[in-house]
Amino acid sequence: MLKIDNLHAEIDGNEILRGLNLEVGEGEIHAIMGPNGSGKSTLSNVLMGHPRYEVTGGSITFRGQDVMELEADERARLGMFLAFQYPSEVPGVSVANFLRTAVNAVREEELSVMEMYKLLQEKMRVMEMDPRFAERYLNEGFSGGEKKRNEILQMLMLEPRLAIMDETDSGLDIDALQVVSKGVNELRGPEFSAVVITHYNRILRYIEPDHVHVMLNGRIVTSGGKELALTLEDKGYDWVRQEFGSVA
Amino acid sequence: MPEDRTIQELGLDEYKFGFRDPEEYFFKTPRKGIDPEIVAMISKHKNEPEWMLEYRLKALESFFSKPTPQWGGNLNELDFDEIYYYIRPMENQGRTWDDVPDDIKNTFEKLGIPQAERDSLAGVGAQYESEVVYHSLKEEWDKAGVVFMDMDSGLREHEDLVREYFGTIIPADDNKFSALNSAVWSGGSFVYVPPGVHIDIPLQAYFRINAENMGQFERTLIIADEGSYVHYIEGCTAPTYTSNSLHSAVVELIAKPNARIRYSTIQNWSHNTYNLVTKRAVAEENATVEWVDGNLGSKLTMKYPAVYLTGEGARGEILSVAYAGDGQHQDAGGKIVHAAPNTSSLITSKSISKGTGRSTYRGLLKVHEGAENSKSRVECDALLLDENARTDTYPYIEIEEKKVNTEHEATVSKVGEDQLFYLMSRGLSEEEAMAMVVNGFIEPIAKELPLEYAIELNRLIQLEMEGSVG
Ligand SMILES: Nc1ncnc2c1ncn2[C@@H]1O[C@H](COP(=O)(O)OP(=O)(O)O)[C@@H](O)[C@H]1O
Ligand SMILES: [Mg+2]
Repeated sequence: MLKIDNLHAEIDGNEILRGLNLEVGEGEIHAIMGPNGSGKSTLSNVLMGHPRYEVTGGSITFRGQDVMELEADERARLGMFLAFQYPSEVPGVSVANFLRTAVNAVREEELSVMEMYKLLQEKMRVMEMDPRFAERYLNEGFSGGEKKRNEILQMLMLEPRLAIMDETDSGLDIDALQVVSKGVNELRGPEFSAVVITHYNRILRYIEPDHVHVMLNGRIVTSGGKELALTLEDKGYDWVRQEFGSVA
Repeated sequence: MPEDRTIQELGLDEYKFGFRDPEEYFFKTPRKGIDPEIVAMISKHKNEPEWMLEYRLKALESFFSKPTPQWGGNLNELDFDEIYYYIRPMENQGRTWDDVPDDIKNTFEKLGIPQAERDSLAGVGAQYESEVVYHSLKEEWDKAGVVFMDMDSGLREHEDLVREYFGTIIPADDNKFSALNSAVWSGGSFVYVPPGVHIDIPLQAYFRINAENMGQFERTLIIADEGSYVHYIEGCTAPTYTSNSLHSAVVELIAKPNARIRYSTIQNWSHNTYNLVTKRAVAEENATVEWVDGNLGSKLTMKYPAVYLTGEGARGEILSVAYAGDGQHQDAGGKIVHAAPNTSSLITSKSISKGTGRSTYRGLLKVHEGAENSKSRVECDALLLDENARTDTYPYIEIEEKKVNTEHEATVSKVGEDQLFYLMSRGLSEEEAMAMVVNGFIEPIAKELPLEYAIELNRLIQLEMEGSVG
């Protein structure tokens, strides 16, 4: 599904990703955990093709295709999705209007207005969102929790093959966390893979990962099963630095 | 759209349907430039009363005596001697598809306008299908005593009313271009709404089949009598072009006590046009006037719709949106004059600039002494689509009264890389993402327009943006 090989990337001349390797198979959920500043958001943005980052080495292959030269919209149409840590505001554009455009942009056949309406109603129910939410302007004045729910709503509408979730759990209360996790589990299946990026173990109680990776200084320094998340919770990131600081 | 088909075949011309005697359309002044002889010729051709001829001639003197304004946009390349001042619409608009300039043709094609919609393209002629609609509406209007006709007919059929109000809101010598219009005006609309009459369906210039819709020097006068309501929609959102490069209209609105007038315009001029328009309204006691104004195209637009709040409790609102692409200058804004107590006003101006485009907000807010407890809010927002684009703001404020509440807010924003990336990560192409940001930006104004106009406005801006993306 996704294969990242020896990825190096920089922003404004500063190297942030320094030889990152990761392989995600069909239907797998991977968690990436790491302290602040370890490069998690950088990885997310680079995977999705943010123009401000420069990839200086390595490769990203998605569904057998080298995506390095592809623009963000082309990657989206291939089935990649990024749930942003800090989604942008787009004043004057309603959630419904935006989703209509986006869904039709990634789908091969356009949905009729009626089909779109039904789909949106259905997914908003999953996300326990008030239908009136669809008429609000995209992310404008949204609370932190509303923004994250809205990201997952978009994911449900777009049905990607691979979702990268950049700290979707941060700042959520327990109810919101459950709803967001429900959204992700909704898509879970052999056709859907996810990279759940998180600072904390919390979300992994609701979205059970198949693999857990620890990121430090722009690299994956150790990987394991879901028990690794528990170890990390026990011992903290200082342990990671001590144990793997020299590797990183 | 195949180029070998004529306008007639496309159903876009008005004379095909025999609404008028075709000969009328062949009239054109014998030479370019303007002098008393030309003005007299125009007046004579229209069989006007003597007073109108005198009015025109006096206006002409005023036009000659005024220097070309040096503020606002650059008018120095505008050559008044190179213009035909009176051409009948057919000459004006091109007789066959071949006469239509290429950029306009491309726009039609890109718009993919279905036949039904083409009929509403006032820029190339009037409408056939709307005739049926028009006639049933007209019966209703007639019954209610509503007058809605072209200005030339208005002068013939309602001379007293026209004589009473014509030029009272915008005197001929108000400025060089109002003087010019007063000397050579032709076409435009004359509307009178009797006391207490509410017209629910907007009056649209394109319903006015016998009219010269989009003359270069059209003249519009709307009188809403006490307690009446009318929404007037000017022209059309389709690309409008003239064989000449100067469009200079005058629009006067009078809202009597408790009346309300809303006047909406979306214009898209070809890129060689100077669009210099004077629009002004008077709102009497508890009356409301709203200008909704969209400016696209043109080389230079200078347009500042004004509302004079002369009666207590009157309200004025100006919503304007302008798009300046490569080589274009949109110098637009609004003027509000509070001349009575308890009056209120709101100006919302949105501009979008791209490439070498330049947009200017130029506004005047004046509160006379004694206009106490007046409230005003001015908000101008500029959106820059790239690094070179330019925007300026000139908000003139003159306040002679202490007991007033005024607010002014100006913002300049750029379409951010992160914003575009966010939208693109959802599958939108860069152009689509840009268009979405722009449409969102103008949404507060688009939502004030009837739906089909709002859609058209969005589409036109999108087309203009594509054009300059290259
Ligand atoms: N424009 C920039 N110039 C230099 N360094 C940057 C820039 N943006 C982010 N960084 C640095 O990159 C590192 C990784 O950031 P980020 O990917 O956001 O980490 P995380 O998401 O894991 O907290 C941080 O040390 C941050 O300071
Ligand atoms: Mg981060």
